Amino acid sequence: MPALGADMGAGTLVEWLIKPGDLVKRGDIVAVVETQKGAIEIETFNEGMVSELVVPVGTKVPVGSLIARIGEPSEATPAKAAPAKAVPLAPPVSPPSLPAAAPMTPAGPALHAVKITPAARRRAAELSIDPARLSGTGVEGAVTVADVEAAVAHRAAAQAPPASTPARRIGFDPAEMRKAIAAAMGRSKREIPHYYLSHTIDFGAVLTWLAAFNDAQPVPNRLLPAVLLLKASALALREVPQLNGTYVDGGFQPGAGIHVGWAISLRGGGLVAPAVRDADTHSLTELMAVMRDLVQRARAGGLRSSELGSATITITSLGDRGAETVLGIIYPPQVALIGFGGVAVRPWVVDGRVEPRPLVTVSLAGDHRASDGHIGGLLLNAIERLLQVPEKL
Amino acid sequence: MSDVDTRSMIVELLSAIAPEADFTSLAGAEDLREALDLDSMDFMNFIVALHERAGIDIPEADYPKLRTLDGIAAYLAR
Repeated sequence: MPALGADMGAGTLVEWLIKPGDLVKRGDIVAVVETQKGAIEIETFNEGMVSELVVPVGTKVPVGSLIARIGEPSEATPAKAAPAKAVPLAPPVSPPSLPAAAPMTPAGPALHAVKITPAARRRAAELSIDPARLSGTGVEGAVTVADVEAAVAHRAAAQAPPASTPARRIGFDPAEMRKAIAAAMGRSKREIPHYYLSHTIDFGAVLTWLAAFNDAQPVPNRLLPAVLLLKASALALREVPQLNGTYVDGGFQPGAGIHVGWAISLRGGGLVAPAVRDADTHSLTELMAVMRDLVQRARAGGLRSSELGSATITITSLGDRGAETVLGIIYPPQVALIGFGGVAVRPWVVDGRVEPRPLVTVSLAGDHRASDGHIGGLLLNAIERLLQVPEKL
Repeated sequence: MSDVDTRSMIVELLSAIAPEADFTSLAGAEDLREALDLDSMDFMNFIVALHERAGIDIPEADYPKLRTLDGIAAYLAR
């Protein structure tokens, strides 16, 4: 059972998408786990043949528990399961008293294209099956009609005893979500000595560039200002890597890549911050597509394990209906959180004259065990500089 | 398209974005983003859906006209 963030102590296995004898590869979705953040799709980091499903559907197990065995492809028979690798790599452990002590899971690709035959896609739509959850048996691993039908049968079988097995719940339970936030934020405030910085940025260049860019784009390709905030922050973190990473075992560990947890508020209460992986390397158009997808799946309960628990920093952006400033709480074990308030037109001095300008307030919450305010100031100044030349983002 | 058809289409598109919202009490002049707690990403997804369903181009400068049921109906009836 992988740890899907610092606030997770256990998860309930609600659906297996593999069975003994199946061949799986890194990044395949193998199971669905119910957590305080809703139903999460679990990806595997192993390759080989599934030899055993250890945990039955409907069982709640602590983070770190063995849930399945996956062997090497050459180990042809399930009987040879003894040398098989456990999934996940971590050995079984008892639930940590603080739910945060679990190690981060290694992360797979955030997005992968689904190969599927046209007939299978139609059948999947009719049956409300997400083809991304299926492992295909067709040419080049394509999902076939038979795979879709098998998944339906599998799901029906998994839910056979209706009295004892809860039906797959889509979305999340606000009360459980509140507990998860309480655990993570309580730990953060107990353990992390926060320092706070705030900086006001002229947002006029971004809005002018964005209006011209969007004017030339068809409706589905237009960008939101939030995408430029994300990209500018990710590029600034390249310059100030001391704020991108985690604080583990008494020391700072730099992040391997800039994986930005994007805070998404959920109607009905609660929030979740799935990772936009390698955010500094994508174009604005790519980031927009990733963010739209993440927001929709966050609200529908279809986030993947690689998207949770792998972020190296978090950004919260209040949007145009939000307050002017946000001073955030760091999500452990990360060491910083960047917060953007809503854009507001305010008096601003340009070339010695007072002018009405659109302004945005960016804040930084930093972990004083890992960095000082001077470093934080460098980051905010870099974000300001990058947002003055939006065409280069 | 009649006014009633237009409204039911808008509600259908919004239901896909905010499935938990209650549309029965939604007044024609109410700001959709306030009434349904839509953020800028939700509103953008709604505009994309409207563009695809109604088959019309919607310049970004027109977005403020599309913040209420009445406004959208008037915009589509132009």
